[in-house]
Amino acid sequence: MAKFKKKAQVKQEIPTSSMPDVVFILLFFFMITTEMRETTIEVRQQIPRATQLRKLMKKGLVANLYIGEPNKTAQYGKEPKIQADDVFIDTKDIVRWVNEKKSELEEYEREQITIALKVDKEAKRGLISDVETELRKANARKLLYSTLEDTKLNQN
Amino acid sequence: MPRNTPEIPNASMADIAFLLLTFFLVTTTMPNNRGLSIALPPPPLEIPPEDVKIQERNMFKIQINSSDALLVEGEPRDDITNLKEEIKIFVLNKGRNPESSDTPEKAIVSFKTDRGTSHKRFIELLDIIQGAYYDIYAEQAGVSNAKFREAASDLSVRENREIYEKGREGIPLNISIADPSKVGN
Repeated sequence: MAKFKKKAQVKQEIPTSSMPDVVFILLFFFMITTEMRETTIEVRQQIPRATQLRKLMKKGLVANLYIGEPNKTAQYGKEPKIQADDVFIDTKDIVRWVNEKKSELEEYEREQITIALKVDKEAKRGLISDVETELRKANARKLLYSTLEDTKLNQN
Repeated sequence: MPRNTPEIPNASMADIAFLLLTFFLVTTTMPNNRGLSIALPPPPLEIPPEDVKIQERNMFKIQINSSDALLVEGEPRDDITNLKEEIKIFVLNKGRNPESSDTPEKAIVSFKTDRGTSHKRFIELLDIIQGAYYDIYAEQAGVSNAKFREAASDLSVRENREIYEKGREGIPLNISIADPSKVGN
């Protein structure tokens, strides 16, 4: 009998004393690898996948344009729209927007501005090529089609 | 020795850390600054330039229509697995096959879409075309494709610039993305 009694007294709790440490490590990981949301994206963003990706090194020189179907279709309709910073803009406003972005940069790096086009899969080429024509007029000719890495096709 | 050692209660520490973690998870995003990089041509001129005659053999034509169907060198194509190899052979032909390009400098990959082509399809094909060129460059520079792209992303390092210049030597990235046609919208 004595034997059984002893066994029943064994602690069955998971030790939680190291829990804060574990969570803090997770916290630091997320603090370092992520960045604050600067804009609320109001268009659908299902970014296509590709394999031949290049990375943008100078983040300060990047300006983002989001293109896709608006999330609030009841209010804005289903046609894909262009979002710059926090507002929807028209193609004819792009030159002004690029100049605004350029004026935020130092003078010597204004010509190196890169436009990152974050385009939804289903958006049509027509709208995107209109945007490209405007960007050419604004002399912002470095372009990046934002994509995700396709790990499936990467073997070859 | 005191009987009761003074201690800060640390039972709630995990909860506090979890709260902070949740806050960061909600307010931050993963940065994505990677993608397919292209350079746009100079601004369109008021007076259209004279038509430049390009020999048929130096053009590799890829067209996509408004229903995302593909035309390669005038032939309809469903299977795109071999397209990358075909572009590589075309660019590096160097006059051997009279049907294909004269020199890598003259070789142009012409990529034309329609206004109704989806962005997904466009990226898929652009990825293949750029992949063919990066493969050629990487081979010429003696590095892997991934290493070459990494070097090309950061040219401020001398070592990277050497790889980049060695790879690009004599083979310009001649991808012409034409203005889309206007069938669908």
